[in-house]
Amino acid sequence: MTASKLLRHETILAVLTIIALAVLASLSDKFFTAENLLNQGRLMSEVGLVALAMTFVIVTGGIDLSVGSILGLTAILLGVFWKNLGLPLPLAIAGALACGTFAGWVNGFIITRFSVPPLIATLATLALYRGLAEGISEARSVRGYPEWFYVFGQGEILGVPFQLWILGIATVVSAVILGLTPFGRATYAIGANETAARFSGIRVHATKLWIYTAAGFVSALAAVIFVSRVTTTRSDMGTGLELDVITGVVLGGTSIFGGRGTIIGTVLGLILIQALKNGLALSGVKGDGTIVVIGLVLIGAILIGAMFDKNRGG
Amino acid sequence: MSSVSAGASRSTLQRFLGGYGQEIVVLLSIVALFIVVGFVNPRFLSDTNINSIFAGNAYIAIAAIGMSMIIIAGHIDVSVGAMIGVIATIAGTLAVAGYPVWIAWSVPILFSIVVSAGTGALVAYTRIPSIVVTLGMLSILKGGLISATDGAWISNMPPEFMIAQMRPFGIPSAVYFMVALTILAALFMRYTDFGRAIYAVGGNMEAARAAGINPERSVIGVFALHGLFTGVAGILFATQLQVIQSTVPPNLELTVITASVIGGVSILGGTGTVIGSTLAAILFACIGSALIFLNVSAYWLRAVLGLLILATVLADMARRRRAQ
Repeated sequence: MTASKLLRHETILAVLTIIALAVLASLSDKFFTAENLLNQGRLMSEVGLVALAMTFVIVTGGIDLSVGSILGLTAILLGVFWKNLGLPLPLAIAGALACGTFAGWVNGFIITRFSVPPLIATLATLALYRGLAEGISEARSVRGYPEWFYVFGQGEILGVPFQLWILGIATVVSAVILGLTPFGRATYAIGANETAARFSGIRVHATKLWIYTAAGFVSALAAVIFVSRVTTTRSDMGTGLELDVITGVVLGGTSIFGGRGTIIGTVLGLILIQALKNGLALSGVKGDGTIVVIGLVLIGAILIGAMFDKNRGG
Repeated sequence: MSSVSAGASRSTLQRFLGGYGQEIVVLLSIVALFIVVGFVNPRFLSDTNINSIFAGNAYIAIAAIGMSMIIIAGHIDVSVGAMIGVIATIAGTLAVAGYPVWIAWSVPILFSIVVSAGTGALVAYTRIPSIVVTLGMLSILKGGLISATDGAWISNMPPEFMIAQMRPFGIPSAVYFMVALTILAALFMRYTDFGRAIYAVGGNMEAARAAGINPERSVIGVFALHGLFTGVAGILFATQLQVIQSTVPPNLELTVITASVIGGVSILGGTGTVIGSTLAAILFACIGSALIFLNVSAYWLRAVLGLLILATVLADMARRRRAQ
């Protein structure tokens, strides 16, 4: 596969994103300001973090529907560890992150050990994790976190939102891992042909287990940022997150059948979605009208990609 | 299924049971649940409760029939929940606006069939994966619905419109629909050329083409049929309560997909039956109701349900592995 072929969808997407930004900037003079753009970056961080791991998951030919539930469960555990068990907040954060990561590991374990299709395994854990979050919280919310905790979701470093730094670092790290390391090549190989990958000596199960565990970890990280940003903990947090994340990844050109996709594409997909949401809202389109546009863009972008490359999809 | 090749040495009954393994497991679970929970709390077996279990969840079972066909054909539709919300809203709006009830019922169903067939055409001819197309449809339907209605509730619908609340011979009409549609769909899938073509396309699209089936037309057809079932489900959903919330029922698509899969439809396509998905939808409804009668806190309902889904899936994987 040549580089030009790999970049084709990303190029179309980059052009689309630039056009969208230009059009949106001309529609509203509030759109193309540093303040607004940084704020939008803040809003897309949670979905963005999860989407990075989801790119790996989908490149292996899998899917993880439970990320939103892991986010909700982690958020609840954070609140319960701190408020009800009286743990110091840093310890509560660490404990919640560990639980979220473990939830991701459980997904990977079910998928690899019992060969359950990922769609079904994570459909079950979607219900299970959300159920645990509801059961543990009993619909009570936790508020009143100490001031320093709000740094994760509301703070800034050098004028850039805190979570945008995390997203930036995570993007670079995952782009390097997927694009340049043996682990990344194993990820593509599994998605292209799992049996062939196994016979080439790739540790298929171990690789997948790492990837689903990582998806759990970033969902948990997103939960901490989310709680810090909205200053409260509720059990329905992250509901529907999985569809937003998958939309971003697929819009970014990652094949849902596996074997193809890049981190750059995912980031472009996310930027395009966030820009559309915000830009259209600023130009007076009602909040939910923007969802329609995102759906149209998703289908349209994939359609254009399919026309340029008759071999993709199918 | 390996039972086909071993069929010669088995009795007809064994072959029949072998082909419906998952369905029988689900059916026995339902029976066991009724016996155990009824023993602990006899009120679980009251007419009112049984009626509410069956009638209140018939629309999920009916949507799961269409979803099963889609999955058997090797596809998926994650927009079904949004579609049911849209259908309910269109139907309610027409009924309140004073149109005859048959228009209020049939227009949204036609809408559902046309949109779903369009989705099918997009999937069939562009080869874009159905999960991507229906993810896009989900956004379009959901966004369109909320921007059109602003989430306003619809109420004061005429009584003759409320088909799900009618009770011919004392049994809620939704139950008749569920039973009749399940039987019709099961016969259709088993005994018609088109039904068998759906299995063939899901099993191996190119092999199906070589066998003289037009896979594109089959995919469009199965999506149109799915639209019909979704439409009926939407009308029942719209008429079972006195208000329509004109929003997308949360997580409904996952409930429907789960029912299909637990009922024995392989997510890889090509196998499964619609009877299984209806039984699974009933099983979930029974479990939800049973937990209440066993005094399990309502907050823990979903956790227990999730655990049961997981257990069913693992048991099914173990069964399939043994069968190989």
